Amino acid sequence: MATPTKYPTAPLKCWPKAKEIRQQYYKDYAEAHDRGGIRWSGGAWAFDAVPMGLGDDVHVMTGEPYAASIAWDRKFAQECQDATDAKGWARDLCSYMRIYWGSMYLNRFFFGGEFPKPDFYYQSQICCSHSKWDQEASLHEKVPYFCVDVCVGPYETLDESRLNYVVKQLHDSIAGMEKATGRKYDDEKLIAAVHNECRSTSLWAEICTLNKAVPAPLDEKTMFSLYVLATLQRSSKQVADYYEELRDEVKDRVARGIAAVPYERCRIITDTQPPWGFLKIYRYMEQFGVVSVGSVYTFGLEGIFAEQEDGSWGPRKTPQQLGIKIKTRDEALRVTADWNLSRPCWQHFYDPRIKTRMMLKMVKEWKINGVILHLNRGCEGLTLGSMENRLGLIEAGVPVMTYEGNMADEKEFDERRTTSRIESFMETLGLKQIPEAAVAHAA
Amino acid sequence: MITTGIDVGAKTVKVVLMEDGKIRGKAKVLSGFDQEESAREALEQALKEAGLAREAIGSIVTTGNGRKAISFAKGDVTEARAAALGAVFLYPTARTVIDVGAEESRAIKCDATGKVLDFAVNEKCAAGSGAFTEAMARALEVPLEELGPLSLKATQTIPMNAQCAVFAESEVISLIHSKTEKADIARAVHDGLSSRVVAMVRRVGLDSELVLIGGVAHNPGFVESFKRTVGLDDVRTAAEPDFVGAIGAALAAAE
Repeated sequence: MATPTKYPTAPLKCWPKAKEIRQQYYKDYAEAHDRGGIRWSGGAWAFDAVPMGLGDDVHVMTGEPYAASIAWDRKFAQECQDATDAKGWARDLCSYMRIYWGSMYLNRFFFGGEFPKPDFYYQSQICCSHSKWDQEASLHEKVPYFCVDVCVGPYETLDESRLNYVVKQLHDSIAGMEKATGRKYDDEKLIAAVHNECRSTSLWAEICTLNKAVPAPLDEKTMFSLYVLATLQRSSKQVADYYEELRDEVKDRVARGIAAVPYERCRIITDTQPPWGFLKIYRYMEQFGVVSVGSVYTFGLEGIFAEQEDGSWGPRKTPQQLGIKIKTRDEALRVTADWNLSRPCWQHFYDPRIKTRMMLKMVKEWKINGVILHLNRGCEGLTLGSMENRLGLIEAGVPVMTYEGNMADEKEFDERRTTSRIESFMETLGLKQIPEAAVAHAA
Repeated sequence: MITTGIDVGAKTVKVVLMEDGKIRGKAKVLSGFDQEESAREALEQALKEAGLAREAIGSIVTTGNGRKAISFAKGDVTEARAAALGAVFLYPTARTVIDVGAEESRAIKCDATGKVLDFAVNEKCAAGSGAFTEAMARALEVPLEELGPLSLKATQTIPMNAQCAVFAESEVISLIHSKTEKADIARAVHDGLSSRVVAMVRRVGLDSELVLIGGVAHNPGFVESFKRTVGLDDVRTAAEPDFVGAIGAALAAAE
């Protein structure tokens, strides 16, 4: 077998900075009270720009990325799950939730010390687990909880009354936060945070769009460590600035033909969270010359996309780019509500066919040869409809492989079976291991 | 050149020696705890049957769930690849291969060369594999080899609601206590298993040119249930269904 083309590769220059931002984020959260600041916890889909109006010393810790960090440490993850099981919770609940609760019950913070108790919980409700997750956490920690129901239907059906329903709740949540913290709310800080939120999530969508290039400048395993910043705090200026730097670097990689995977000859997309403790399956696929260029999940969990003038998928234009000036609290809340309701990963909660459409768009525009679907037992919300997606893709002639697992509970993942299944899938795609890539992997 | 295929399955290790497209020898032993040791033992038996010395063997390729565990093999192939190669070698018109083993079952769509075009594998659940029938035979207190013939004596079809092997066992016990005939329960067990397998077949697409392989294909009760569930009057079953994977591996060794 002839060795396929080897593209030049290079590490991302701004990679260490992403790591620093992430480390500082957890440190700031843990130490916030030492400096008289405020801590809140909740979901990565909470309207995180809203609490920013409480001051510059407000720090957040979102539950999903925190649990995903723990999932990588399989021993501590198991201890957390055991602690949650011991409380009588069912094993088939959201595995992020189980880990977060376990860390809370054990009073052990993954990054050292005791579990930092937040001053309040703030969450949005679209996934059934989310609202119950923070309800239990707030009851356990005996702190207030504010939850915003965003189940108003897919964005394409959004009308004024549905938007008002969400905006009204956001207003109410601000009143609740003021009462809970005794602080006066600053609308200017909210407006700045909303600008940053739009900027960071549009930039992430732009970065994902750059991955249409062949060879792909980023592989999904790397993207997991980059998209996470938006899940931590997308309304942060630091995150928005970072994504600008990253976008410029990725643009430069595209211009210079720098690849993420040296022997790229087959491009796939995946779906939902990966089994975090076993990301090596992505490296395994690289031995066949396969690059996963992303997923509806990696792209659309935080990235905000919109149809471009030519009909393709790309970043949604921010209010700033459209020349919209936000002047009041209500305007800011309307912008953040509308912006978040257009999030790709919120659309398929209403109908799996919406996701199939997005996947087919990705298949076409990102030049995809196959799709791997993770039937993720740890996240019912994002896995609901996966088999419908499979059928839709197959009907469109796209090769699909499925595997069962769990993003954060290794008990439900079988590494041998999964790699064996991947190998069979590679065979159906006409791919054999590239000896040079296998040697590089072993090294 | 004599090539060797070793199928390191969950329950048994099968070895096939091939030369110029002909089977020279074969053997099967229980997998046990030490798969490598079992593979060596099966290889020795196959060599003895063929009247060959160890030095006569060229390339050795493994397949099966323990395929990575055999240090003396030159390489390995996936279970799907081995099954497809072996099935097409034995039945050149076969395009859908259904492999029901002790731990796993799979449906494979392949071309005339044995290339895998699509496949579906049972998930992490015993209900679609031979282990399911073993557990149910224990619950019925019937030797495994008698479970299939017993089910052919069934006079009625009763539904088995449980899809999980553990709960199915409880259901079998309940049925025994409610004085349901063992033959009817045995048939329900096979119907449950075959419905799982047929679901996989439908995922890859049903083709009348199908062949049933794997150890469970020895079970006439399962074969009968499978035919009924899949809606075919006749289903081709490999003569020695549990050796097809090893044959495929031996063919891969010659590539």
